[in-house]
Amino acid sequence: MAAIRPETPTARTLVLDAPELGSTVAGQHIDIRLTAEDGYTAQRSYSLASATGARPVEVTVERFEDGEVSPYLVEDVGIGDPLEIRGPIGGWFVWRREQEEPVQLVAGGSGIVPLMGMIRTHAAVGSTAPFRLLYGVQDPDRRYYRDELVRLVGPGLRVDVRYSRRAPDGLPVGRIGAAELATLALSPEQQPTIYVCGPTGFVEAIADGLLRLGHAPERIRTERFGPTG
Amino acid sequence: MAVFSPGFRGRRRSTNPALPPGQYEEHGFPVLSAGITPRIREDDWRFSLTTTSGESREWSWADMMALGPETISTDIHCVTSWSKFGTSWRGVSVDKFLDSVGADAPYVMAGCYGGYSTNLPMEDLRGGKAWVAFEFDGEPLRPEHGGPARLLVPHLYFWKSAKWVNSLTLMEHDRAGFWESLGYHMHGDPWLEERYR
Repeated sequence: MAAIRPETPTARTLVLDAPELGSTVAGQHIDIRLTAEDGYTAQRSYSLASATGARPVEVTVERFEDGEVSPYLVEDVGIGDPLEIRGPIGGWFVWRREQEEPVQLVAGGSGIVPLMGMIRTHAAVGSTAPFRLLYGVQDPDRRYYRDELVRLVGPGLRVDVRYSRRAPDGLPVGRIGAAELATLALSPEQQPTIYVCGPTGFVEAIADGLLRLGHAPERIRTERFGPTG
Repeated sequence: MAVFSPGFRGRRRSTNPALPPGQYEEHGFPVLSAGITPRIREDDWRFSLTTTSGESREWSWADMMALGPETISTDIHCVTSWSKFGTSWRGVSVDKFLDSVGADAPYVMAGCYGGYSTNLPMEDLRGGKAWVAFEFDGEPLRPEHGGPARLLVPHLYFWKSAKWVNSLTLMEHDRAGFWESLGYHMHGDPWLEERYR
């Protein structure tokens, strides 16, 4: 563990020195395995927040109330501690710099993490592919990467944030729905590749909304987390 | 050699010996899929089996029901490290589809609505170990969980239990399916932790 950055009261970014880790692509994940002194182990997958090829690599971990691994990663582990990691894993939910088509990113909560890896890559390589991010979050305190996203906004990146429970003064409260997808997201005519990441219910609702607007199913890539009960 | 995590004790939420290495017990039912959720009506559903010589046989929903569904109680294990104990399903054994065609081959590619695919050795599909499942917990299988019907091969990691399954293609030689071509294991035995290649 090379460094730690708090993101929100319940999430922090872990900066990992991992010289043996193979080359990474934005959107991939790594597995982190914890081992207790008696040999008991627990492992989870975490999306990379860092750009393609960037070293050290970064993951942002949200503390889940009933979690086993995330509380340790958000509250206990310290700089200099060893972590057993494996990866990178995944080659589907990725953005590669060779992609020239417009890209629509839709994030729900901590689903922003792999999409941030894509945004950082897009900026780092000076890609001319138009990028848009639609980011749904419960309240302003739970926003990840706020200052950096503000800084990265420009001709190549548009960012819209919607707050589902509490919004800053003057902004409406509401989920990302059909109206937001129709007005804020790239249109089907622009043939964007669309990456949707978030809790299952969020991803299902967004994917259905995109289909109803006429987006082609083969252009929509999804990554989900969390139980549906 | 293991890297110890200073101060980590773990929650030990399950000491159940039915839990494969590196897995934890989940009480919900997480959803993992690579794209949108296809919505297929039972009336429109078709399932086909194609032999290595290219002969094909097709079943409708009613045809499948006529093969004789059974109730399955089983544990399931996802490669993202959750396991769920004692899940209850209804489905038709893959043996019944294979027997009605009488064909054999060492490998099988499962195909799906939406374009997903996954490869399996025949020996993992034969002998009452695999089903085409259409009910979960006494309810019709929901679309996000692979409904109207998915493959159920519970002794392998759950990505092998292809959602929205609509075909089995017999193969002389093993070929990688969707996740397998992206680095996941060709076999996927949770007890051997065959997660990645």
